[in-house]
Amino acid sequence: METKFMKSSLLLGAASLLLMSAVSWAQMTKYQEDQRLNMEAHVGKYTGHAADAQANYRRYCVGCHGVEGDGQGENAQWLDPQPRNFTLGQFKCRSTPSGTLPTDEDLYNSVGRGFDRSVMPIWNQLTNQDKVDLVAYVKHFSSKWTTEKAGEVFPIPAEPEVTADRVKAGQALFQKLECWKCHGVEGRANGPSSDTLQDDQNRPIKPYNFTEGSRPKCGSTDRDIYKIFMSGLDGTPMPSFIDNVKPDEAWDLVFYLRTLQPKNAYNMKERAIAKQLGLKPIDPNAPAPAAPAASSGGQP
Amino acid sequence: MKSHKKSVVVLFAVVFMMMGALILGSSVSAAPPSGSSITGTVKLDGVAPHQKGIDMSKEPSCAAIHKDKPAMMESVVAGANGGLANVVVYISQGLSGNEAASSDAVTLTQKGCQYIPHVVALDAGQHMKVVNSDSTSHNIHPQPTKNAEWNKSQPPGSAPFDVTWANEEIAVPVKCNIHPWMHGYIAVVKGPYGVSDDSGAFTLSNVAPGSYTLTAWQETYGTQTQQVTVAAGKAASANFTFKAK
Repeated sequence: METKFMKSSLLLGAASLLLMSAVSWAQMTKYQEDQRLNMEAHVGKYTGHAADAQANYRRYCVGCHGVEGDGQGENAQWLDPQPRNFTLGQFKCRSTPSGTLPTDEDLYNSVGRGFDRSVMPIWNQLTNQDKVDLVAYVKHFSSKWTTEKAGEVFPIPAEPEVTADRVKAGQALFQKLECWKCHGVEGRANGPSSDTLQDDQNRPIKPYNFTEGSRPKCGSTDRDIYKIFMSGLDGTPMPSFIDNVKPDEAWDLVFYLRTLQPKNAYNMKERAIAKQLGLKPIDPNAPAPAAPAASSGGQP
Repeated sequence: MKSHKKSVVVLFAVVFMMMGALILGSSVSAAPPSGSSITGTVKLDGVAPHQKGIDMSKEPSCAAIHKDKPAMMESVVAGANGGLANVVVYISQGLSGNEAASSDAVTLTQKGCQYIPHVVALDAGQHMKVVNSDSTSHNIHPQPTKNAEWNKSQPPGSAPFDVTWANEEIAVPVKCNIHPWMHGYIAVVKGPYGVSDDSGAFTLSNVAPGSYTLTAWQETYGTQTQQVTVAAGKAASANFTFKAK
């Protein structure tokens, strides 16, 4: 008896809820838009407000990223790589696991850093506050930011001293993880799978060429490179390696990758060690080297 | 003091309501799994389109596995007697919404640079184990529209990893960027489901009595639906036929 009463009242409640949502349906979109203009971003001591970024977005960003943030601004048709579509809520440069949203700081770094090999410049003329406001504005384009939180930032241990052993261990990882399948044995972006790679929109995409001297998309410091292969670059073929590389081992790989780059501000030590060791490119047909890379490193 | 009394009353009311909700919840979910099933066959009417052989020469370790019998594309897999394999059959309408996801994990294996099975189905919330049996690296890159997209590397010898899917989506394409011929589908359903085998046979088990809309999905031919009524303790049957194109 009691259950029956409860069931019918539940039904009534569900029906009235349905009615209410139907009534508000028409205003939903506008409502959500207004809601999302309240979007905030927090970076250090700065709090960004989406509403405050409207003028700067229209002045600096809209030409490529579009009024609706869908990456279809009037310049987009001329660009390769294409501008980011913010409505997808998917970003390459993150300090969070694959499949999760980046932190506000990740987005802030992207605005401040710009992207080499694309038309996205460094926005030096903007103040820190402007940039944090813009981060909030970028977030307001995707409903993901209202339903999900940023992913949990994975810990990065302090960077150890570069040693010959670490560079060698890094090279073993480069072979074991088969980085060369796309990036090539010398890092020249000419591995066997390099010419068939596509991004999520099925557009051809090239792996990073370490030997060219250009900056990696998501930053040039050792920590940036560490984050790139651990997080993966979502929306591209570059997967996350965080399940297969131990935090400390990851530094070994960073050091080895440095030896593939031409001389820059960051790789003097690594290049000197490689020279001293007489380091040769890996031979993909040789049996996998035993010692440092033998453990699978996988998580259960 | 008065406000204190008031809050006590409110607290009691809340506790009482919660208890009521609990009783209601348990009375609903306690509906016994009657164990009825829906079985049937999916047939292909006509000749299956030619499936191209896959050139795996870029991945010698996989090419070696298929050296006697080349691997084929699998967009339409017809078995003996016109049975159509890899068709996901699931209940698209009529479920109570209280069905619990199966506690058994399904497995998606990468072997010979192919996905086995080519089409894997599972409940939203059910666990999926991803295994790499090959001596080459794969990256598992599902491309969902209603779930979060991710892209993970799985080098040879690394441990299997576990995945769940939050939302129903039929079906999520999955690919490997390193081996561009690798294609598969992950069908995320709610409630009982079955995937047809080489003879076209499928079974949905643990279906509660009721009237349902049954949907069959095939990656090339799309979906078909039909109504089916399941009586308590009695197996129901449903058959589908897709026309070859």
